[in-house]
Amino acid sequence: MNQPSSEKSKLDLPVSLRYKETKREKTGVFFKKKVGWLFVIVSVIAITIFNFYPMVQAFLLSFQSGMGGNLEYTGLDNWQRLFSDPTFIAALTNTSIYLLIQVPLMIVLALIFSVLLNDPKLKFRGFFRIAIFLPCVTSLVAYSVIFKYLFGVDGIINQFLLNFGFISETINFLADPFWAKVVIILAITWRWTGYNMIFYLAALQNVDKSIYEAAKIDGANAFQQFFQITIPMLKPIILFTSITSTIGTLQIFDEIVNITNGGPGNSTISISQYIYNLSFEYTPDFGYASTVSYVIVILVVILSILQFRVAGEKK
Amino acid sequence: MKNLKRIFIYTFLSLAALVSIFPFLWMLVSITNKSVDVTQGRLLPGSHLVENMKTLFETVDIIPALTNSAIIAVITTLLTLLLASLAGYGFEIHRSKGKDIVFNILLLSMMIPFAAIMVPLYRMFGSISDTAPLFGIDSLAAVILPTATTAFFIFFFRQNTKMFPKDLVEAGRIDGLSEIGVFFRIYMPTMKTTYAAAAIISFMNSWNNYLWPLVILQSPEKRTIPLLISNLGSSYSPDYGVIMSAIVIATLPTALVFFLMQKHFVAGMMGSVKG
Repeated sequence: MNQPSSEKSKLDLPVSLRYKETKREKTGVFFKKKVGWLFVIVSVIAITIFNFYPMVQAFLLSFQSGMGGNLEYTGLDNWQRLFSDPTFIAALTNTSIYLLIQVPLMIVLALIFSVLLNDPKLKFRGFFRIAIFLPCVTSLVAYSVIFKYLFGVDGIINQFLLNFGFISETINFLADPFWAKVVIILAITWRWTGYNMIFYLAALQNVDKSIYEAAKIDGANAFQQFFQITIPMLKPIILFTSITSTIGTLQIFDEIVNITNGGPGNSTISISQYIYNLSFEYTPDFGYASTVSYVIVILVVILSILQFRVAGEKK
Repeated sequence: MKNLKRIFIYTFLSLAALVSIFPFLWMLVSITNKSVDVTQGRLLPGSHLVENMKTLFETVDIIPALTNSAIIAVITTLLTLLLASLAGYGFEIHRSKGKDIVFNILLLSMMIPFAAIMVPLYRMFGSISDTAPLFGIDSLAAVILPTATTAFFIFFFRQNTKMFPKDLVEAGRIDGLSEIGVFFRIYMPTMKTTYAAAAIISFMNSWNNYLWPLVILQSPEKRTIPLLISNLGSSYSPDYGVIMSAIVIATLPTALVFFLMQKHFVAGMMGSVKG
């Protein structure tokens, strides 16, 4: 991160030349302001076309109904349909369960790993760190397929549990509404814990060691240090990771489709998968699909505001 | 007591490491085994590697899928690097009140769930399919365009630009470089690390992207690697050894990129949140 300093010396100019520059700068102020926009304009246009404009379109679509291209405005019908649609309610419930269990579980695990691995006296630190981060190099589809096989009826997990006498007969994990959800939560946690850990590890390196020493002298034990120093010091980064994880889990799609495909029944279906099914699997109903998608938008906004509030209050 | 605690910590970490690595080991072992052995949970290497690879390359269209994924990932990454760094540089170096407002609005787009804009995007590309088929549904351009410009990378470059010494810009101007010249001749070479980190993240995202290609690509010969694996994984009579081989081949590029550029990756990730 400090590479610019080496280049700097090459371009350092005598003071006399710099003086001239300030004069010229004044006349060029107007031009420079304009030229600044040139740098950002392409991205601004692209994000408007590919993000904001579709958002507006989806909002308008959410009040329309019909098959495929034949859409007409039906007012709030779609929004009313939400409340009596069992698949939507299942999707919303499942997504909430994933969110409420998986995000806290992962963040706590990542925090514990980072605190343990931050100890300079720990042996094999580098190995543990890389091992725990390793799942992040896999694609979501690839690891999902692997988890599907690991937890299959004759998969390794079942054989392991059988051989060591934890169970007396195989569990059909993916055909059981409860266990299928467990597998999905385990899978996401496996994939993302190391990713979050890296953020905490880097943040911990910026924490002043003397705070811990002072706390030790005052007789604080490891748990007190963790809750009263580590957590408050890492608050901004914990907030950042919980918001990104929340947004990510709310949109969960790849894992569900490739591990359980929403089954058994609709017991693991997520909101994103339902939107996909409504648009591209069943007879396309783009209007209602957009209504469902706005539920995710509303949830993302509410949860982000909520997390900011909670983090702000603790101050 | 102290020893007990240490034993507990090492056991805990070793277990975590084992759980993290195990699926990889199993994957690597499985590509050398027959389908039956894979389902029976064989944990020892076998002698079926060559056969698995042969079956994979002969019966599955993995080469076209790899080519499609590579083309999409490389173009997406190059476009992302160019556009996002230009914007990040513009927002930070040519800072103004108006631009700060625009920047904050752009950041809001990071909260937009992809599932919410997927249908309008699909319709948008559908509407130009007849007039410009190269940019319509089932085109590589349609996969690339919506993913090549994201507020995240603009934010990423802006955050990292905060560490870029501003007097270099002044120095460049005195040397007679134009504003664009300063960007290409001074900023770009100085910020190599930031570009490297952004390239890794962008490449990985694009290589692994599933939902949007699934929506927009329809013909089998346009399929990307994640679509292919998903397809293999849900087939009724799966050959596990072959599927595992496909997964290993698909994971190799991202794993390699990650290991070769690990330092840049972590530095870049942190640079984006330090602020």
